[in-house]
Amino acid sequence: MKIAVCVKQVPDTWAEKKLQAGDSTLDREAAEGVLNELDEYAVEEALRIGEAHGGEVVVVSMGPERAAETVRKALSMGADAGIHLVDDALHGSDAVATSAALATVLEGRSFDLIIFGSESTDARMSVVPAMVAERLVLPQVTFAQKVEIDGSTVRIERQMEYGFDTVEASLPAVVSVVEKINEPRYPSFKGIMAAKKKPVEILSVADIGLDPATVGLGAAWSVVDDFAARPPKAAGMVVADEGEGGSRIADYLVDQKFI
Amino acid sequence: MSEILVLVEHADGQVKKVTFELLTLARALGTPSAVWLGIGASDAALASLGEYGAEKVYVVDSADMDDFLVAPKAEALARLMADSSAAAVLLPSTAEGKEIAGRVAVKAGSGIITDAVGVAADFTATQSVFGGSTVVTSRVSNGTPLITVRPNSTAPVPSPGAAARVDVAADISDAAKSARVVGRTVASKGGRPDLSEAAIVVSGGRGVGGAEGFGVVEALADSLGAAVGASRAATDAGWYPHQYQVGQTGKTVSPQLYIANGISGAIQHRAGMQTSKTIVVVNKDPEAPIFELADFGVVGDLFAVVPQLTEEIAKRKA
Ligand SMILES: Cc1cc2nc3c(=O)[nH]c(=O)nc-3n(C[C@H](O)[C@H](O)[C@H](O)COP(=O)(O)OP(=O)(O)OC[C@H]3O[C@@H](n4cnc5c(N)ncnc54)[C@H](O)[C@@H]3O)c2cc1C
Ligand SMILES: Nc1ncnc2c1ncn2[C@@H]1O[C@H](COP(=O)(O)O)[C@@H](O)[C@H]1O
Repeated sequence: MKIAVCVKQVPDTWAEKKLQAGDSTLDREAAEGVLNELDEYAVEEALRIGEAHGGEVVVVSMGPERAAETVRKALSMGADAGIHLVDDALHGSDAVATSAALATVLEGRSFDLIIFGSESTDARMSVVPAMVAERLVLPQVTFAQKVEIDGSTVRIERQMEYGFDTVEASLPAVVSVVEKINEPRYPSFKGIMAAKKKPVEILSVADIGLDPATVGLGAAWSVVDDFAARPPKAAGMVVADEGEGGSRIADYLVDQKFI
Repeated sequence: MSEILVLVEHADGQVKKVTFELLTLARALGTPSAVWLGIGASDAALASLGEYGAEKVYVVDSADMDDFLVAPKAEALARLMADSSAAAVLLPSTAEGKEIAGRVAVKAGSGIITDAVGVAADFTATQSVFGGSTVVTSRVSNGTPLITVRPNSTAPVPSPGAAARVDVAADISDAAKSARVVGRTVASKGGRPDLSEAAIVVSGGRGVGGAEGFGVVEALADSLGAAVGASRAATDAGWYPHQYQVGQTGKTVSPQLYIANGISGAIQHRAGMQTSKTIVVVNKDPEAPIFELADFGVVGDLFAVVPQLTEEIAKRKA
């Protein structure tokens, strides 16, 4: 079994995120970069499937120079090898271009499973996995809260508003996972040391044969015209409960016509 | 006026409220045509689309839409988009709506904007990003704009449309029928509205203290006809099912009224509820950051305040 797991470096969830004046892209220098939380679950699931069925787990990330740390983090969790697509031409890529770049990297490497997180905490689009499935003409089994491999079949539970759907497809397939699926492991000291020696293939846009004019900010099919900090909310009213707190909220709700 | 396609969100033959919101939005952009993918497009359902201004309803009456994941819907919608001269496509910003939009974007060579909270007449979209701290105006610069709109962004306003039915053959490729839905498991939500669509959401956090504690939260929710939400602390502890988690890694909600009980207001929780129109907070710690968002807050024990509130609502409704 050959498993790819796509991971993205994102600004630390706790940090305040900002767009930068000029090109309105995310200021990635302003905050510490971390492995997108949902992608930790993706790595964990890849490792578990690899452990259960035998095989190799390859981490794939597209991102600036320092996204190398994120690839290392996944390697220290236990992945076998990494691929880092890094090129200034990629700065400002939208989801359409990101999915094209990832699909180009993944294509022809005969992966049986390609695993994604279901959402990046910065873009929050939840579209890249579906787009990659579309491009590679592979079955899409996304938003999985459970993944089972049975011979050449993958079966998932797709998290739905009302519960879940059970969905089946033949391998190779594209999977995305939600955080309910597992508990990601922490890298062990041994894992961290071993990660330093694991192979990471560094690729540029030219290396994968992609036309640089089709990626990056200039080629984005959606553009940010303007952004502004949300106007601060007028301070509300806060009262201490002296035995009538519930009743005071009821008054407020009547006032606001909710009751 | 140019045609605007609106993807209908439906379940069991019923049109979901978000569709009426999208039709309302679409009327300001052009002439709305609803797109019904899947079985169940009854006359009654079509009539409800007409009430909110759908002039046409394209119906792709095929079980393939529900029997296979996402790809058939994307294929059908992309074809409709190419055959009509639609100026834009609006979809609900649900997991599936976004995935459909993503695949159509790739097929059609169109840009995509997700999680819009508003769309202007020139198709520029407003998005609220980074947990509501930044408001962005963006636009699609290539192809037919595909815009997914967050439920509860607009109030649905009726305005009659002809809702003329146009049947469209499905004709889905084999490649799009590769992920088969083999089972559906419905978890009971006790007759409450969907979390992401509800006009009122009542949430509980660690302060609720345990699974039993959610009883007071549910009682309040039911007195208001609201959905129940939970913080991650509560879902992780197993006190409430995971699909009700609100926040960064849970649902994003934007109701008219959000009542947070025993929730401290961590940045990841705020990311999922900050754009709620009115926020009411009950928390015993006056320093809890959630009070920064409160339109009305009570510092107190939720086990005293919430049952009293539920009782008062019952009285005042009587
Ligand atoms: C990457 C990442 C993603 C995350 N995603 C999410 C997410 O999607 N959603 C989410 O909610 N969290 C998320 N979290 C977790 C988040 O950081 C917080 O840990 C979580 O929101 C805290 O939940 P809480 O407010 O219920 O609990 P706490 O922070 O423990 O707050 C409990 C509150 O209850 C109050 N309280 C206690 N007893 C009572 C009482 N009897 N009456 C009244 N008040 C009382 C306390 O004063 C306190 O303010 C995420 C964290 C990370 C790192
Ligand atoms: N630059 C990237 N490199 C690798 N994987 C990515 C990248 N961007 C997005 N992904 C993957 O796609 C998932 C969904 O991202 P998004 O559609 O941006 O919410 C993430 O959880 C990652 O698994």
